[in-house]
Order: sequence, then structure tokens, then C-alpha cells
Amino acid sequence: MRNPEQIFAILFQLTQLLLVVLAAPLLTGWVNQCQAWLQNRSGAGVLQPYRVLHKLFHKDALIADNASWLFRITPYIVFGCMWLAAAIIPIIAVDLPFSRAADVIALVGVFALARMFIALAAMDIGTSFGSMGARREMLVSFLAEPALLMVLFTSSLISHSTQLTHIVETFAHYKFILYPSLAFASVAFVMILLAENARIPVDNPSTHLELTMIHEAMILEYSARHLALIEWAASLKLFAYISIGIALFLPHGIIGVGNWAGLPLAVGLLLGKLMLAGAGLALLEAMMAKMRIFRAPEFLGTAFLLAVLGLLIHFLLGA
Amino acid sequence: MDIFSILPIDVVGGVILLWLVLGFLGLALQRSPQLICKYLFPAGACISLVLTLTALWALGSAPNIAVLPLGLPDLPIHLRLDPLAAFFLILLGSASFGISLFSAGYFKTMTGRVLGLLCLEYHLFLASMAMVLLADDAYMFMVAWETMALSSYFLVTTDHAIPDIRRAGFLYLLIAHVGAMAILLSFGVMQAGHGISAYTFDAMREVHLSTFWSSIAFLLALFGFGAKAGVLPMHVWLPEAHPAAPSPVSALMSGVMLKMAIYGILRVTFDLLGTQLWWWGVLALALGLITAVFGVMFAAVQGDMKRLLAYSSIENIGLLLVGIGLTLIFHVYGKNTLAALSLTATLYHSINHAFFKSLLFIGTGSILHATGERNMGQLGGLIHHMPWVSVLMLVGVLAISGLPPLNGFVSEWLLLQAFLLSPGLPNSYVNMLVPVAAAGIALSAALSAYVMVKFYGVIFLGQRRENVPHVSRFEERPNSLKHAHDAGTWERAGMVWLASGCVALGLAPVFVVQQIDAVSQMLLGAHLGNATANWMFLAPIDTHRASYGPLYFLLAVLGVMLLTVLLVRRLYHGRSRRGPAWDCGYPAQTARMQDTAEGFGQPIRRIFEPFFKIENELPTPFDTHPKYHGISEDKLWYLLYLPLKSLIEKLSGWVSLLQHGRIHLYLAYTFVTLIVLLIFV
Repeated sequence: MRNPEQIFAILFQLTQLLLVVLAAPLLTGWVNQCQAWLQNRSGAGVLQPYRVLHKLFHKDALIADNASWLFRITPYIVFGCMWLAAAIIPIIAVDLPFSRAADVIALVGVFALARMFIALAAMDIGTSFGSMGARREMLVSFLAEPALLMVLFTSSLISHSTQLTHIVETFAHYKFILYPSLAFASVAFVMILLAENARIPVDNPSTHLELTMIHEAMILEYSARHLALIEWAASLKLFAYISIGIALFLPHGIIGVGNWAGLPLAVGLLLGKLMLAGAGLALLEAMMAKMRIFRAPEFLGTAFLLAVLGLLIHFLLGA
Repeated sequence: MDIFSILPIDVVGGVILLWLVLGFLGLALQRSPQLICKYLFPAGACISLVLTLTALWALGSAPNIAVLPLGLPDLPIHLRLDPLAAFFLILLGSASFGISLFSAGYFKTMTGRVLGLLCLEYHLFLASMAMVLLADDAYMFMVAWETMALSSYFLVTTDHAIPDIRRAGFLYLLIAHVGAMAILLSFGVMQAGHGISAYTFDAMREVHLSTFWSSIAFLLALFGFGAKAGVLPMHVWLPEAHPAAPSPVSALMSGVMLKMAIYGILRVTFDLLGTQLWWWGVLALALGLITAVFGVMFAAVQGDMKRLLAYSSIENIGLLLVGIGLTLIFHVYGKNTLAALSLTATLYHSINHAFFKSLLFIGTGSILHATGERNMGQLGGLIHHMPWVSVLMLVGVLAISGLPPLNGFVSEWLLLQAFLLSPGLPNSYVNMLVPVAAAGIALSAALSAYVMVKFYGVIFLGQRRENVPHVSRFEERPNSLKHAHDAGTWERAGMVWLASGCVALGLAPVFVVQQIDAVSQMLLGAHLGNATANWMFLAPIDTHRASYGPLYFLLAVLGVMLLTVLLVRRLYHGRSRRGPAWDCGYPAQTARMQDTAEGFGQPIRRIFEPFFKIENELPTPFDTHPKYHGISEDKLWYLLYLPLKSLIEKLSGWVSLLQHGRIHLYLAYTFVTLIVLLIFV
């Protein structure tokens, strides 16, 4: 612990822990604002998610009569999992001390853990929409998870590691050479990102139309601070997914811990990438329509095939 | 040699004897069932604990050998306790400890005569499984194997008054025996015609078979042990026998007995057969993958909670077989560290499955006692009435779904790591196959989370499905769900043991891997030394490749959660009110509007439609008494088993042409045979 590098590493880690949790709603606000612009509205501003959270935290929580303890602890578990997941992805600096606890496969496990709890909580009240949402969410997830793992496998095979730190270091050294396998994987990853974060075309975060809800159907019974935590966790999840995307496909500019001189540039680059990704997400959503739930297997099947194709290309070409 | 120096094998022998004594005591005490439950089952549990500790001791020491002058003349019994056997003895002891504790409470309501017999069969079953692991010759192995099959058959048919249960038991017995014949033939091949002197395993290790004959021996063993394990297409007995048996017996069969088959495959493939071929690995991998995906797919559409768990066992056996296949492939290509990695994953998953599946099965036993209902569509809301069971089952459910930081995740993680290391094999076809197999593993893991959300959600969560018209084919529900009572003290103790096993195996992977290293060293001559360098982080190859620190992870999540709770309370408030559910403002909600087990499985039925044989009767919107009826069945039963059955019936019909039951005809046959033989000789 006397080693200054270790102290720096812990400092970096704590900074990132704080940074992601504060910045995640901003990203959601940015995506919403971009959407508003694309729809020719003026929008509520990028700070709107903070106002919503603040409002929700102030309210008294209304809990259904039939709710059990599982329903009450789920928001905290989900929030904790997402926060931690977002905090261990190297977005500014690699070699964070927490990152050794979980590699990318474990990261997928953390997302799965949060999803499992939220699906169980949805079934806890015993309403028709709750169980419908849980069923659909689990459907989307079991289709998306293999595809996600295939994408991660492709990058792990290239970098010979499942540690994000190591993957980032490997990729960042190959300047701007495009791997054909990664090109396929990145397309697959974007499709998975849309599905896993309840975005159009698989789900619609702004809908409350009964028959089309997935994520919203699951959290229908939550209110006040519980809802705030879940919404915040959703922002963190989007942030984490985009961070994984950046780490896998655009890792340039991520620095080592203790590199103070490179820090401003790294933060600036990260901001640029996040803004770009958020705007891209909004643009994608603006261009597509939501599809029927039973088209989701086709959509995610395509993602899976693209990911496998990437993997095979890696095997055939070694690139 | 000092008379006081006791070897582990002596203790294990003593354990087997004690179990037998307990069994016969149960038979003798059948007039006082209270005594059997209060003393014999807990005593059996204590013996299990002794077995676990002894096996743990044996794992670190050199193999023990014993020759008992029992059995047939000139055929003494050979016993051997090596690391492989010791590992599976740990599995047997630690899982049966929890199950026996649970049994002490579960069988309380049984009448004396049935209970006495059950106590005998139960302990005989345990003793025979220990004997299978100790056996060091084909003769003893087969005797123990058959004792295991028969005692479990009698346990399955405990409620033999019900025709369905008799039928399930018969199916189990049939497939067990077809399998046993294959195993016997496999031993015959490995003995290679060296006569009766070569029936010991030691002699088989010395025999050098040609690749053809060793392949035959491997295939026979894979078929024979596969039939016991429930590998496709010999899986049909599992979903019949597991629901039929009393819950602790289902737990023992699924959690422990299936692993005996895995032990058998490992013993024959890596220990008895001197050489292995790469395509054996590919075969095991493909078979395992199909079994895994098939099992979890069918688990998703089940409505009966024990059938669901039985199909999930098929899935897990598939995963184990995938691990064995991968080990074989790596081993053949000389990548022994990687082989050790996948073997570690396989063994780790074996013990994980023993814990979480036993936990879930005995949990269904508690639910069955409390509600008298096995059909999930009739349950619901039990989390309010069975707090202990619901918490402990949640642990099991999370563990079996392969979620960090519990044990199921560790073995899946290790297996995926092994897959990621597979490139670099000299065979490019195998190289291409491996990522596809990894995708299959990922699919079955993700689907098993789906299945478990359904399992837990439908049984424990939501509203009580009280007013659902009763369509169960079993006896009427004895009491309303409102009066469902929690598990008793003994039952709780058993479940707590298994649940804490799931947590401990999940949080201390480095320690477990250290133990498994002894087995890898014995079978493959390599082990994962690196993985055990740092007790906090499991890093199978090196820390740059991959590492996983479950304890670190758990503490971090808990810390972050605690921080969140404190901050929310401090900055805002913790006020809450209770009110009716919102449900988009829909006022008239009833318990029937929740998803039933069938409803929850509907997307799976729809997506994987070609794999099921589906019969649906849907009501029209104008029916005054709408009735929904849907059955999803296994196509293999119709495509494989029924044609096979009619073929055998036809063949035996031809044989019966010779049979008339008249003695003079048989004498004539004998006479004709004699004449024919005389002409030839």
C-alpha cells in the first residue's frame, strides 16, 4: 500500500466510481435531447434526468400490498450491480484495482444477476403486466447473451485475454488498423446494445402502451426512490454498454493509471466518444420502428450470426 | 505395520458398513417410526460428514489399496481409494449430509413399515454409491452398480400404489439395465480376453488395446454410463423417475447418482484406457451440447416443478459431458494444462450441481409437504408463507442460473475460459467447432436463467393461485395455500447446509481448485498450479489472461449497496406506504391473470416449435366455459422409443413361435440340436 502507483490506482478507481454514477444520467439526457432535435422538438435539456431523479427521490414510495422483501431490495441490488459494472470498465484508465475481480465474462454475469432480480421483482406483485414483462425480458436476454459472448470471444481471441484492461491495451497499440472480424463484431454489438438496453427496435423506453412494453412492464409497480434507483441503474447500464463498446472497438486514448499528463486528453476523448455514441444511438432509434416481440428472435439471431461470422473470420484470416 | 495406523480407505469401509447397519436397524425399528426419523437419518448424516472429511484427507494422500478375501472363491474384492474416487466421495458425503438431515424431517409423516423399508433402501443406496467409487475390479464395480440401480428403483417406487409411479420405475429399471449391459461389455472388451485373472482394474490398465477395440470400449462405456446419466437419447427415464420418487430421493439421484455415471466415464476414459483418440472428444462434446440445449429447452416448457428440475439435470449432465469432451480433445493433442483446466471445470460443475440441484429438489419436497401440489400452475405467493424455504431456494436458483458470486458461475466461467484457450489446436476442424460449442454453452446458460425465473417466480412470487380450477391428476390439495407452512427444523437444517455449500463453493474457488488439482494430476499428469497463487483471485492460466475474485466482487457490490441505502436515507427519506397494485390502472386483477408455468414457457414453445410435439386446444372467444389444454412432448419418444418397442415386440413375437409351453416339443428341440451338433463335430 505504500507504493504510490497503488495509491494512484485506488484514487483513479474511486474517481471513476464517482464519475460514472454522476455522469450516467447525463448520457441518457444527451440521448433524449438528440432524439428531441431529430424529432424537431426543443427537448427538455440534457439535465432533465437529474430533475426527474430528484423529484422521484422526494416522493413517498408506494408499495403494492402483495409485495415481498424481494421487491424492496431489488432496486438496491440492481443499482449496486450496474454501478459496479460501470465502474470497472476501463474508459479513462486501464489497470483499475477493481477490474481484477471481474473480467468480461463476469461482467456479463453481473448484468445477468441484475436482470434476474428485476425479472423476479416484476413477478412478485402478481400482475399480468409484471409477469409478461419478465417473460419477455428473459426471452430477449437469452437470445442476446450468446451473441454478446460471441462478440466478447472474438475480441478475447485477438487479445488473448478476457480482462478488459488487457484487451484495451492490445487494441490501443494497433493504431487505426481495422480488424475485419471486429467490424462484424461491432455491428453485432450495436444490435445487442439496442436489445439489452430496451431501445428501439426491440423495446421502447418511452412507451407505456400495454402490449409493447418489456422493460417498462417489469418496473410498472415501482415508484419514488425505488423507481429512481431503477431508472438510474438503466442509465448506468447504457453507460456501461457504451463503455464496453468504446473499450472494445475504439480504445484509442485510454491511458494507464498514474498518467496525469495524459488525463485531460483522455477525458476529452472519452467525452467526445460518448457524445458521438449517444447521438448515434438517437439517430438509429429515429430511423427504425419498433418490431413485434416475435421478430426479436430474428433480430438477435442476426446479431448472433454476425458475431459468429466475425469469429470464423478471425479463425480463417487470423485477423 | 502399526496396528493403530488407520488409512482413509479403512474409514470409508467403516462408513459403508455403518450405513448398512443403519439401514437394517431401520428395518428392525419399523414399529417405532419416530425413532427412525429422529435418530437413524441424523446418524446417517453424521456418517456422511465423516466420509466427507476422510475423503478430503484421502485426496491429499497417496492411493490406498485393499484386497478383501470376500466374494466368490478366487475372486477377492479389490478396493482402491485414489484422488478421483476421493473427489466423488466428497461429493457424495457432502451432498448426502444435507439430504439426510432433510430426510429426518421429511419422512416424519410416513407409516412404520414403509419407513423401515425406505430407511434400508436409502442407506443401501448411499453405501452402494460409495462402493461404486471404491471398487477396483469389474466384478465389484458391477455388483455395486447394480445394487445402486436396484435400491434406487425401490426408492423411486416408494408410492407403488400409483400406476404412473410403477411405470416410471419400470422405465428407469429398463434403461438402467440396458446401460449396465453396455458397461459390462465395455469391461469385457478392456479385459481383452485375458481370462478371469484380468478382471481387476489394475490388469485393465496394463492391457494395450488396438485403437479399434479401445474405441469400442469407449463407445460402450459412453453409452452405458450415458444411459445412467441421462445423456440424449437415453434421457427419457429422468423426467419420469425424478418426479415419481420422494423428494430427498430425487435429490440423491439427481445430485449424486448421476455423478456416479460421470465418474464412470472419467474412470474408463482417462484411467483404464491407455490411449485416447481425438474424435472421442468431439463425439462427447457434440453429444453433451445437444443434451444440454435439449434439456434446458424442455425444462422451459414444463409445468410440474420436479419434471422441470429433472430436465434441468439433463442440461447439466450435458454441460459435464461437454467438459469431458473438451478435456479429451486437449489431452489427445498434448495440451495437458488446458486439459486440466477443462477437467477442473467439469469436476467443479459436478460438485456444484450436486449442491444446487439437491437443494432445489428437497425444496420442492418442502413445498409438496406444505401444499400437496407439484403443478406450478396451482401455486404462487409462497414467499409470504415459507420465508425460510423461499430464501434458501433463491440461493439455489441463483446458483443454478450461473450468476456471480455463487458457485454455478465459477464452473461455467472455467469452462468458457477453457473454450477461449482452444485455438491453437492442430486440428482446424476442431478449432472451428469449439466456438460454436461455446455459443451453445452460452445459450443453455442463458436459457437456464429463463427457466429458473419461471420456476421461482411462478412458485414463490405473485398472488396465490387459489381459485384456479383444480386440474391436477394427483390427489386433492389437502390445505389451502394460505395455510402453507414453512419447513421444519430438520428440513431447514438440510437446506441451510446445501445453500451455504453453494455460497462457499462460489466464494472460495481457489481452495476448491486446489483440491481438484490432485485429480487432474492423477488423470492427466498436469494441474493448474497458477490458479492457486492468490487466494482472492482465481486465475487459471495467468492474471493477464483472466481472473475472477468472487469475494472481492461480493464485498464491492455489498459495499456499494450499503452506500446507496445510507445515501438515499440520509439525503432524502425512507418513507413508504402500502396500497393496491397499479398494473396500468386496471382495477379487477385476479390471481388467474398471472402467467402460469405454461404461459411463461410459451415463447420457448413458439421459438423452438420444431423440437416439440405440441398438442394445443385453444378456446374460441365465445366459449362460455373456456378450456385451455396444451401438451408439449418429447418427439424422441415417438420417433425412437415407440418404433424400437414395436421392433422388439415383433422380434420377440418371432421367438415365441418356438415357444409352446409343451415339454415334449422342448425335448424335441434339444434332440434336434444334439443331432445337428453331432453332424458338425
